[in-house]
Amino acid sequence: MSTPNPLPPPGAELTHYVSPAPFDPMAEPAGATTGLENASQLRLMWIKFKRHRVALISGVFLLLFYASLLITEFLAPYRLDTRNLDFIYAPPQRVRLFHDGSFVGPFVYGQTMHLDMTELRRIYTDDPTNVQRLRFFCRGESYMFWNLVPADLHLFCPAEGGRVNLLGTDRLGRDVFSRILHGARISLTIGLLGTLVSFTLGIVIGGIAGYRGGWFDHGMQRMIEVIQSIPSIPLWMTLAAIIPLSWSPILVYLGITVILGMLDWTGQARAVRSKLFALREEDYVLAAELMGAKSSRIISRHLIPGVMSHLIASASLSVPGMILGETALTFLGLGLRPPVTSWGILLTETRGVNIVALYPWLLWPMAPVILVILAFNFLGDGLRDAADPYR
Amino acid sequence: MDSLQNQPHDLLRVEGLKVAFPLLRGELTAVDGASLRVLPGKITALVGESGSGKSMTGQTIMGLQPVQAMVSGRVLFDIGKAEPLDLLGLPRDGRMIRAIRGDRIGMIFQEPMTSFSPLHTIGNQLSEALRLHRPMSRSEARERCETMLARVGFPHPGRVFDLYPFELSGGMRQRAMIAMAAICGPSLLIADEPTTALDVTIQAQILALIRDLQQERGLAVLLITHDLGVVANLADEIVVMHRGQVMEAGPTAEIFRNPQHPYLRGLMQAVPVLGAKGRVRLRPLREIPAQGILELARMSQQPVAMRAPGARPLVSLRDVTKAFLPRHQSWSLISSNAEPVTAVDGVSLDIFRGECLGLVGESGSGKTTVGKLLVRALQPDSGSIIFDDGHDVVDIGEAEGKALDALRTRIQLIFQDPVSSLSPRMTVGNILSEPLDVHRRGTPAHRRQLVMALLRAIGLSEGAASRFPHSFSGGQRQRIGIARALALAPEFIICDEVVSALDVSVQAQILNLLKDLQKELHLTYMFISHDLGVVNYMADRIAVMWRGKLVEIGPRDLIMEAPVHPYTRALLAAVPVPDPSRPLDIAAARTPTAKAEAHWPAAFREVRGQPVRMADLGGGHLVRMQVLAEPHDLPSRRVVG
Repeated sequence: MSTPNPLPPPGAELTHYVSPAPFDPMAEPAGATTGLENASQLRLMWIKFKRHRVALISGVFLLLFYASLLITEFLAPYRLDTRNLDFIYAPPQRVRLFHDGSFVGPFVYGQTMHLDMTELRRIYTDDPTNVQRLRFFCRGESYMFWNLVPADLHLFCPAEGGRVNLLGTDRLGRDVFSRILHGARISLTIGLLGTLVSFTLGIVIGGIAGYRGGWFDHGMQRMIEVIQSIPSIPLWMTLAAIIPLSWSPILVYLGITVILGMLDWTGQARAVRSKLFALREEDYVLAAELMGAKSSRIISRHLIPGVMSHLIASASLSVPGMILGETALTFLGLGLRPPVTSWGILLTETRGVNIVALYPWLLWPMAPVILVILAFNFLGDGLRDAADPYR
Repeated sequence: MDSLQNQPHDLLRVEGLKVAFPLLRGELTAVDGASLRVLPGKITALVGESGSGKSMTGQTIMGLQPVQAMVSGRVLFDIGKAEPLDLLGLPRDGRMIRAIRGDRIGMIFQEPMTSFSPLHTIGNQLSEALRLHRPMSRSEARERCETMLARVGFPHPGRVFDLYPFELSGGMRQRAMIAMAAICGPSLLIADEPTTALDVTIQAQILALIRDLQQERGLAVLLITHDLGVVANLADEIVVMHRGQVMEAGPTAEIFRNPQHPYLRGLMQAVPVLGAKGRVRLRPLREIPAQGILELARMSQQPVAMRAPGARPLVSLRDVTKAFLPRHQSWSLISSNAEPVTAVDGVSLDIFRGECLGLVGESGSGKTTVGKLLVRALQPDSGSIIFDDGHDVVDIGEAEGKALDALRTRIQLIFQDPVSSLSPRMTVGNILSEPLDVHRRGTPAHRRQLVMALLRAIGLSEGAASRFPHSFSGGQRQRIGIARALALAPEFIICDEVVSALDVSVQAQILNLLKDLQKELHLTYMFISHDLGVVNYMADRIAVMWRGKLVEIGPRDLIMEAPVHPYTRALLAAVPVPDPSRPLDIAAARTPTAKAEAHWPAAFREVRGQPVRMADLGGGHLVRMQVLAEPHDLPSRRVVG
């Protein structure tokens, strides 16, 4: 009675068709084995994250950048405050490999300066006879490593008696490249520390609001709305004005961090709260309650792990805001003050239009700001996508 | 043209349809060379479990498959021309296919809650569907829509036209959805699980409506469903799919009388049905190798003897009432004067040691709330819930501190949703040992042994302990949920719709496991379900709830074969039986339930000022009726089914 084709000719009576295919009830459905049976949440996240190419590259980039903060003194050819009075507002030097058609390895030409008396500016010209070969892993300017250990090893230094300013010099003859590297220490860590402050505030306040609900939640929600409705720049200015002028630069640094964190926690708290509201409805939380688990156990074992991955993703998205905040505050003259050097401080040098027109290389500190912020955004994006591996 | 229409032909003919998706490694074949047809004016049912590719087939016919799907084969659709049109050959979302969608082919989806746009009125969406294909004036469109709405059973179509979807109940929305699918007078309706999200009585009405439309308008239907009962009542031809392949196809009567393929046979044996036949032990498609139950019983700390059945009930509810305040706006600090919704209204019942009490009712009847009250996820507003294990007598609603902690180890809940009930961030081993950790039971080594014993008892290997829930199927997860409930060796377990999220083939596995566990571990169950077939299989006694009230309770056989309360009767009559020779009473289904109460005999009506009571009919059979009515006023008991 069975025919090989389940379809009769058009319009004809349907005959009883039985597939000749065997039926093995124990067979696993196709695609059921992915080799990930034992994979933990973290591993699944990692697998998914790896597929987000740009995020992966951004992550590696940031990791390297942060790692470089540990050895800034070694990477920078000059100290933060080294001045070369003969070369003020010198333009970037190009690194070349060939001289007179023959290979000599990385070198820069020496420059000569003459004053253009009609325009009243310094004009630097390359001197092709003066080949200054760069040295690598060399003894150069002495410095205090981490302000503790005297040392003078550098990744690269200028030729003996020569100089190297890859990104030019500023109005005091300081090397812009070295200053960017030194400034990264402050700018990058202020983002992390600020996020840490806002993260802690966000988890604690948002967590209590989300788990307890009720009047605390009410109060917090209204407070967050008020904080978020205040225009940020005047608020920053007010808070920055509170920091006494007599504070040491390092205290100012910490103060700015706390200010940035205090203004940013609202978004974190809301994210935690709404996520907890959603998680509280999950059956496994009710199951834990029904087995008699205490609130502290439910929060620490079930709720916080559930929101953690999302929190990390949203935190990495809030770091750029912090970095920009510091840069903006400092640019306005309200944040850090020299001798502490951050990217914001470097950019305050560029406040005049004439600087931008005449010495455009002083804008170079914008490049790492843009790169780091983009990288954090991509990384956060990738983490957020990976945070929910079951989708 | 006319002669062509009179020739025998297929309205829809799917030949060798293949739908595959690219994966990380290789590809996933969702539909694997499926062939089927729908005759004009007939109903073809496409039956299969989840993952069988039945929904994907339906979507692909409409050209609605996901973008990354790779499709091959032919979908021939008769458009009244000499040659049928191959829908797969049309450009994706092009003008041609859009002209066919909604005009020649209508579609109904499973979820009535999300298939309407919440921002537009029903009439707006209906006339949009109409005017897309038939340019006409607004007033003309309104007239046509109202006629259609009246046809699908709305008594006041003019009013419904201006309502927003949220103002309609699920069943009403599904009616409106059918009206929208049929408004242009299509020749084919694709109905993807049209009644799965609905209560049985509403389901019967929708089935009746589809049948009426088919007969009146010559509408052909491709009915995609997993429910063999629905199929037996509606379909002319059946196609059974399994893993993307057609396993068996044929006329309905033939398929049910003489199923051939081992898969279909297995499927049919795995479905619990009403009647005495439904009490024979089910044969699941896949038996689970569970042998460890006795070992588990030995390891549990409670001595079994203590659990001998006694005369006193284990749990008794007396006049339990629970009301919920509607969620008010978060900023209104002053208390709103909204009416509370009474979810459980004066329920009294006893649960005896060692029995399984089935609790049935439709959505909104308060059965889940009763379950939550019993596990103390909620506290009752009034009334008492006494738990009496022979030593201590505790009120579940009042217990605090140590007494509550002890209670938590005695009463457990098994959840409906196997996905949400297991923490995705813990290994199965941690999930199972968590209750033991919380109550500091035994040494870590003992806990590990117990976890292994639990895993063996539910038929999983010990290796499962180090895996995460995401790597298990729905049925396996549900078994893990059961094991977690058993970890503390409770004596009373509430099963809240434990199998409603599972496929029928897996359902039988879980039901048998629960039965075996009950027998060996001397458990007492409260089995909450909307599925009367499942309750018939599991329960010793059955309680029926209606709008928060208990309307009838009694031994299973009495409730199933001689129900007295009109609501119980309506429920039983609405269950579709997977047997074409026992069709639903379509005429009865046409009475809308909202008005059903008015048709009840006077003795059962809830009238203000007329006191009601649970009248004892003998043999433990109680029914809710007016005090003044006498049991002999009741319509004679008659056997249904």
